[in-house]
Amino acid sequence: MATVEKGRARRRKRPAQGRGARAPSPVCITINGRQHTFLPGRDIAPNMTLAYLLREGVGLTGLKVSCDEGACGACTVLMDGRAVLSCMILAVEAGGHEVTTIEGLPADDPVIEAFAGQCGPGYGTALQCGYCTPGFVMSSVALLGENPSPTLEEVKEALSGNICRCGCYAGIAQAVLHASEKIAARGGAR
Amino acid sequence: MPSEHRHIGRETPRPDAADKAAGRAVYIHDMARPGMLCGKIKFCGQAHAKIKRIDTTRAERLPGVKAVLTGYNTPEVRIGFLRDNFAIKKGKVRAHRDEIAAVAAIDPDIAAEAVELIDVEYEPLTAVFDPVEALKDGAPLVHETDPRGRPVRSNLLPLTYRHESGDIAAGRHASKHIVEGEFSTQRVQQCCMGTAGCIAEFDMNHNLTIWAKTQIPFLAQRDFNQALEAMGLTGKNSRVIVPAMGGGFGTGLDTHAYEYIAILLAHFTGRPVKIVYTRDEEFANLSPRQSSGVRIEQGCDENGRLTFRHVEALLDNGAYASWGATYPSVMMLPATSLYRVQNVFFDAKLAYTNNTYCQAMRGYGNPEITWAIESNLDELAERAGIDPFDLRMRNCNEPGETTPMGLKVSTCGLKECLEQTAKMLDWKSKRGRGQRAFRGVGMASLFHVGGSGRIYRSDASGIILKLDDFGNANVYYGGVEMGQGLHSVLTLAVAESLGVLPDRVFINQTDTGTCPWDVGTHASRGAFMACNAAIRASAKARGRIFELAKTIFPAEVAKNPAGRSPMRPGSAARQDQTPPTNETPAKPARDAAEGRVGERPFDVAAAAATGLFDIRDGFVFLKDAPDEPWLKLDLGRLLRAAHFRSGGEMLTVEEFYDPPNELPDWEKGKGNMSATYAYGTQGAEVEVDTETGEVRIIRMVAVHDVGKVLNPQTLKGQMYGALSQGIGFALCENIESENGRILNPNFRDYKVPTAVEMDIPIELAFVETDDKFGPFGSKGVGEPGLVPTAPAIANAIYDAIGVRIRDLPMTPEKVLAALKNKS
Repeated sequence: MATVEKGRARRRKRPAQGRGARAPSPVCITINGRQHTFLPGRDIAPNMTLAYLLREGVGLTGLKVSCDEGACGACTVLMDGRAVLSCMILAVEAGGHEVTTIEGLPADDPVIEAFAGQCGPGYGTALQCGYCTPGFVMSSVALLGENPSPTLEEVKEALSGNICRCGCYAGIAQAVLHASEKIAARGGAR
Repeated sequence: MPSEHRHIGRETPRPDAADKAAGRAVYIHDMARPGMLCGKIKFCGQAHAKIKRIDTTRAERLPGVKAVLTGYNTPEVRIGFLRDNFAIKKGKVRAHRDEIAAVAAIDPDIAAEAVELIDVEYEPLTAVFDPVEALKDGAPLVHETDPRGRPVRSNLLPLTYRHESGDIAAGRHASKHIVEGEFSTQRVQQCCMGTAGCIAEFDMNHNLTIWAKTQIPFLAQRDFNQALEAMGLTGKNSRVIVPAMGGGFGTGLDTHAYEYIAILLAHFTGRPVKIVYTRDEEFANLSPRQSSGVRIEQGCDENGRLTFRHVEALLDNGAYASWGATYPSVMMLPATSLYRVQNVFFDAKLAYTNNTYCQAMRGYGNPEITWAIESNLDELAERAGIDPFDLRMRNCNEPGETTPMGLKVSTCGLKECLEQTAKMLDWKSKRGRGQRAFRGVGMASLFHVGGSGRIYRSDASGIILKLDDFGNANVYYGGVEMGQGLHSVLTLAVAESLGVLPDRVFINQTDTGTCPWDVGTHASRGAFMACNAAIRASAKARGRIFELAKTIFPAEVAKNPAGRSPMRPGSAARQDQTPPTNETPAKPARDAAEGRVGERPFDVAAAAATGLFDIRDGFVFLKDAPDEPWLKLDLGRLLRAAHFRSGGEMLTVEEFYDPPNELPDWEKGKGNMSATYAYGTQGAEVEVDTETGEVRIIRMVAVHDVGKVLNPQTLKGQMYGALSQGIGFALCENIESENGRILNPNFRDYKVPTAVEMDIPIELAFVETDDKFGPFGSKGVGEPGLVPTAPAIANAIYDAIGVRIRDLPMTPEKVLAALKNKS
């Protein structure tokens, strides 16, 4: 998990515009492979979170905001391939980076498939209410990107920042292991 | 009903799994309506105070603010189970979370800023936070009058839950051993990952549509219609629609002030208004599970047979009554009926305090009372010198018994659950203090409603099956999918009982405008009710299909293509895609009259006239000739033939299922509340660190009488989830408050189990008792996994280190303090 900033990023949308303020430079973020340009003051405020921008500004509602303070993992997205908590990153900080949300994963992504199809004796499903699921999926994608064949211990460790109140941890861990097997079967490519 | 089920009991993926895994399920948080405003509530932050003055002028002047409402410029909208609460408070406030004003603005930031700009002046009143203190003479009154305006004298809620059977004095007299104890439980937050929220919108005729996170859409419709009445919108209607829910766990059993506030704001502004709680707001302003104090006394004779059970409970209700004030109705069930005991006294009281008011959470009073009964039972076993497992076996419930409360036990797998738990825990070799260093095993059982629970005049659930031209079964059901897997088992039940494949079953969104009435998704009743309703509706549909088939079947099978099975290899689901008007098979297979089944000549028309058909995997066939490919007719084709003809018809059936149970008389404590009852036993093996007081669960075992497994996937999900919440309840979760203010309203300070804490092997086993009232034999399973978790762990801790924790959660501090007291 990427380091997160202390303190709370408020998502104020209307920045104070003082007289003679210098025209701010646009913020360019590559989101799911497409470049987006946001104008500070018009599209984003200095203290708007990346989560807010993605959900409310771009319409990518797959990521969820559940705690809005970096304590539950529901808003996890990838920034340059690493899992980050989008509620703890300011939108302006994402400028110049590549952001991937769950909408940016292919339909046959092995992690999505593994979470959807998780079954088999002993573990139950990988999801119930599904609200935390996109966050778990993105954390798992990041883990498997770095470590394509993790052990069960490594999976649990990597997902320790995500909360599932429905208590599907056993099924989730199995889904990640199954995704790892799928990736190996596809020759290592996700 | 075929003995071998085609779908029931098999591992089947949930119908919503793919969308949820891809982040495509749409929750209230993801929804927007054209012109929608953002609503925000101002909470008072006072435990108990008079409102002297509210000034909203600064908020109203803020650009982008469309409405600022207070109790003084809105109609009085009374809410709550006892109608002792108001959408927006005026006069006085009774808890920190009380809503005193609300704004609607064009975006969340302006709304938040406007709320800050509302000035309120209070005159503090003496408050009371302890339920025992609250019931003493001279305690400050939380409510000075009842909802009718009559003065009240105490903080006691006007609800009586009392049961008395047998003769307690005689039971005491017959006892060789008696133990007593006081056990308490804490306030726990449901912590739905998707916070509370709604969107309210009026049409031009002043009818309301509200997208709500509710478990009771139809009771909510009634509540909201009453609110419309109070707002002067006489005769207007509310339509309640339930989007995907990010967990329920009991939070949706009441309508909430925020929903009424959204309605008021939407009506005032004429625009849709959305209110969604932040996590802080959810923790501070959404009702948690009640805290309880239970005093229990139990006795047994020299053979270990229970002689009596005496229970007195006091619950801290908080400032207003929700449905959670009926916790004691469920507490009474195990108090009178978990294990066989003839002499029982049960009395529960609830006190108003200036704490946050409480509401339902999974288990609904049962975890609270079972914590006391099962902890105390281990104490009794020790006093009597009997192994706790043996003591439980000697007092085990049995099928066919009627308990002191009048609960009729149709099936009971408790004995098997106890035995299986002991076996899986390796009880005989592991139980007994001092055998291994600071390690111990413990067990506890549960008794719960398993066949719905009548807490309302109607305990029914309606269902509509609308069959279409393509052989699909479109289902309209009023129960709520909140993550538990209701739609999964409902899909399987329709597929199984109708005879179609699960991918031809489509469950529609729960909507009071389209679905028939349902009392609510609570009491572990979802699967029991939905599947029972589905089975009955399917039987009606089949009857009508077979009636249609008498005439349609012979003509249609005659069109089956020659030499080819109508079933395509590998896809039995949708073999016939041709539009209904273009049905021109090249050549009739053979003249029906010339057909043969095996070697015998077969008269299809004569066989069809008997009406003896069956349906399997979406194909209608004659019972007399089940295996002939040329005598199979796709259900869609049959329905199209019935539809597209002169005087045609389409097939829609409905069923309104009301289970065979009774609304108990709570003052007498009698009545068969549920059609059947669920049992289970859970075991824990723990290791206690005597330096830090930390309890490490080595493994958990859970064996439940589920009647019949419907879908192993969703069943395990419910069990793991309930156990996870049970472990949180047992060890770490606690809403801490000081003078009514909640101190830990976030996930950093309120500890919910994560993958690390849940790194525990949990072994599940299921006892199938095949209950006659249960759909396919099944019983409710949603809540039981939570219920006995805490006492099983407490009993294991006692086995490990010889200290008994009586107050939840069992934190390291409490374990250390208990160890210190012991030495």
